[in-house]
Amino acid sequence: MKLMEGSEAIAEASIAAGCRFFAGYPMTPFTELLEHFARRLPEEGGVCVNAESELEAAGMAWGALATGARAATGSTGQGLSLMQESFSEITLAELPLVVFNMARGQQDYFQSTRGGGHGDYRHIVLAPMDIREAVELTQLAFHLADKWRNPVLVYGDYLLAHIQEAVDVAPIAFDGPLPTKEWAVDGSLGGTGRSRIVSPLGFDKAGRPSPGIEAHLRRITAKLRDIEAAEVRVEQGFCDDAETVVVAFGPPGKFVRYVVAHLREEGEKVGYVRPITLWPFPYETVAQAAEGAARVGVFELCAGQMIDDVRLGVLGRAPVSGIGGISTDGSGFGVGPLLDTEIVRERILALHHGEPLPPLPDNDRSF
Amino acid sequence: MAATNPELKVVGQQKPDLVLTQHHHMCPGCGEPLALRACLEPIQELGLAQRAIAVAGIGCYTSFSMTTDLDLVQALHGRAPSVATGVKRMRPDTIVYTLQGDGDMVNEGLQEVLHTAARGENVTCVLLNNGVFGETGGHMTATSVLGQRTKNTLAGRDAAYHGFPILIGDLIAGLEGAVYVARGSVHNAGAVARTKKMFRRAFECQMRNEGFTFVEVLTMCPTGWFIPTIEGPKYMHDTLGEVHIMGELKADGVIRTTEELHAENVQKAVEIEQALARGGIEG
Repeated sequence: MKLMEGSEAIAEASIAAGCRFFAGYPMTPFTELLEHFARRLPEEGGVCVNAESELEAAGMAWGALATGARAATGSTGQGLSLMQESFSEITLAELPLVVFNMARGQQDYFQSTRGGGHGDYRHIVLAPMDIREAVELTQLAFHLADKWRNPVLVYGDYLLAHIQEAVDVAPIAFDGPLPTKEWAVDGSLGGTGRSRIVSPLGFDKAGRPSPGIEAHLRRITAKLRDIEAAEVRVEQGFCDDAETVVVAFGPPGKFVRYVVAHLREEGEKVGYVRPITLWPFPYETVAQAAEGAARVGVFELCAGQMIDDVRLGVLGRAPVSGIGGISTDGSGFGVGPLLDTEIVRERILALHHGEPLPPLPDNDRSF
Repeated sequence: MAATNPELKVVGQQKPDLVLTQHHHMCPGCGEPLALRACLEPIQELGLAQRAIAVAGIGCYTSFSMTTDLDLVQALHGRAPSVATGVKRMRPDTIVYTLQGDGDMVNEGLQEVLHTAARGENVTCVLLNNGVFGETGGHMTATSVLGQRTKNTLAGRDAAYHGFPILIGDLIAGLEGAVYVARGSVHNAGAVARTKKMFRRAFECQMRNEGFTFVEVLTMCPTGWFIPTIEGPKYMHDTLGEVHIMGELKADGVIRTTEELHAENVQKAVEIEQALARGGIEG
């Protein structure tokens, strides 16, 4: 066990998972993750390129992935906006990219789960609640990316990037053999008639059967349905007889879990659902939790994005309302006053008792 | 019509090395297949076929991705230099080159190629420059020359309204990370032979891990220039060729300006004419 900042733990977990290439561009609160990769990858025989832009970082990771290496990139949601064209097409090229979003709050739920890019694609999205879970989910991200040949995004935030926990970063052996990367290019097949192409376009080399773009897109979307069936991960507590169910993810999900457990000790019939995969979303768990409940609340640090998925899961079984909101520090990068167990408790109780929500707390800083 | 001389091949029946099919998807008179061949032949001759990885951009030449018999990564419009960077960093023993058009490299991806050059990335970026977006049907690019008619500069490119063309080779030559920068052409056989030598020198530099190398090739696009096919080579020579000057812009540590190259080319043409007038060229 070692006391580590989240950024360091995620970089170490990536290296433990075999990641040997990273490219990134500094942006708060992602910057420290880039710093750790820049320091550690060369020591492990890997490469970290200080890309001149997010667009170039995504392209560099693309190239590294095409050689069969485990590779990653990352940024904040703002930087990931710039990478979306590549993310869409890397998915169509079926390259196992891992992306870290050290987000400013939870405003990037739509971007992560619907994609800011074009086309019919999804990324598996893993949302750790703390550093210990991030160490596991980071390694799982590389495993799932290879398993499905589909990008996986790890959704972190300012808290996850910057607080410290004592963690043990040891390589995790996940179940099942991974498919071999017989598609990767190493330059060895030129002139043999068996040369390879890594492409999002759905065409193979001339003279070989080629699905064409339509069949290619249909096959990839069929794969997405398989991922939905196989990879949902979720934690829940006290939902069996809960009158009020609260859904929250990431570090705010850990706050909600803590508050709900205390309210249970006090005899309040509340429960929680914490999606660990944001895509595929745990619709069934949410539906079951809502089955006997009188109301469902969604606590998220944004104006209301995951609430759309919760409503799709609840499907009219109970009224759904948002009990979170926008809350940042004065810089807009960090954690706002809303993420406080006392305030979370007040808001869950207000929902539980059918009372109006207290006003959102304001941060006390301005330029 | 069948060839009567068995030594001669009918066009369309000969398949060059490192190409999977004798068919291509280009318009009549297109210069890109010639440029591709000028690039692939040195790869074969230098024994690099089984250690080369191509990274293709998006344009007409993207169809070469499927017909080139080399390991290849298909990149997005403008992004090939970064993808090539990732490939090369993970496979430092391979020879990595990009294939991009002027719209791809000089419009959409200008910062990518400049950064890759400045980084001294040990890859070769190849520009097929015809001064027009061929695939979309003939639109202005950042390398279109002044006066050039395109679908969105119908009265010709006007500097006051559309700005000036970028001489990308000249820009790159000034960057310390670039060790070899050349501009060739495929408008006649001599130019093709000269361009092939440029590719050879670029790949040799890469084999020695010297740094970034760049080969630009001026290619004909009669379809996108709205001229008869047969006029392509002359139009290219007289318009693009007068602005994007052919020659080695940087080699052996020496940078040569467009003006110097132009003067050299004029001098060389005069010498050739004089030699021809004397009855032939020696050596």
